[in-house]
Amino acid sequence: MANDTQVTVNSAADIVTAREKGRALAVELGFIGSDLTMIATAISEVARNIVDHAKKGKIMLAPIRNGHTRGISVVAKDEGPGIANIPLAMQYGYSSRQGVGVGLPGAKWLMDDFKIDTKIGKGTMITMKKWLH
Amino acid sequence: MQVPVLKQGYFLIASIQSALSDGDLIELRDNLSNKVGRFRSRGVIIDVTVLDVIDSFATRTLRAVAQMLKLRGAETVIVGIQPDVAFAMVQLGLTLEGVGTALDLEEGLAHLDRLTKRTVNNGQ
Repeated sequence: MANDTQVTVNSAADIVTAREKGRALAVELGFIGSDLTMIATAISEVARNIVDHAKKGKIMLAPIRNGHTRGISVVAKDEGPGIANIPLAMQYGYSSRQGVGVGLPGAKWLMDDFKIDTKIGKGTMITMKKWLH
Repeated sequence: MQVPVLKQGYFLIASIQSALSDGDLIELRDNLSNKVGRFRSRGVIIDVTVLDVIDSFATRTLRAVAQMLKLRGAETVIVGIQPDVAFAMVQLGLTLEGVGTALDLEEGLAHLDRLTKRTVNNGQ
């Protein structure tokens, strides 16, 4: 049975590792086709968010279950500066750097559930889930 | 992982072999910009067939590469975007506006032939 996995994200190279591990777990859980690409892409976006804003953090991947429905949970956790204005950060096209401003709102669209917990000066935790339909 | 760049007549072909980190993408950008000058290339094909993820950073970099090469006098065509990748890109609202795309290497070369012939004819 598939197990929890954790990937330390300290550099841009770890973004690739995180999304590859996420894809591997999703395959094990029975996801196929475009779902795999969407999960891997969403992981890439939240992992990049860690590298860009917090420098380091981790991605935790785990199988989840809700009754008979199975899925994957992706948690991106950092101890960075936190997000001051969540609605602004989630606004499509807004970026606090010179990015495209697609990362976080994009990740939300790719997944079924998306939640941000953040505290200024303490860090940010993004929890995303995708269910097998 | 470095991306090999092959010279084929007036064209360059960058054939991506495995998942690329942000650093690899930046390196590819700089490498192509240099080689276009050195080989006086008219067109560049970037083959992304093996990529299973093209996220916002990769899209932004590919767009930047195409714009840079255009300023250096070369056309860029991205070939081999997989159906699932295209789907996720659309979901993310990512576009490659202003960048040529083609189904595969063969179509990409045909596309560049047309584009660069037109340039030559217009110049006559």
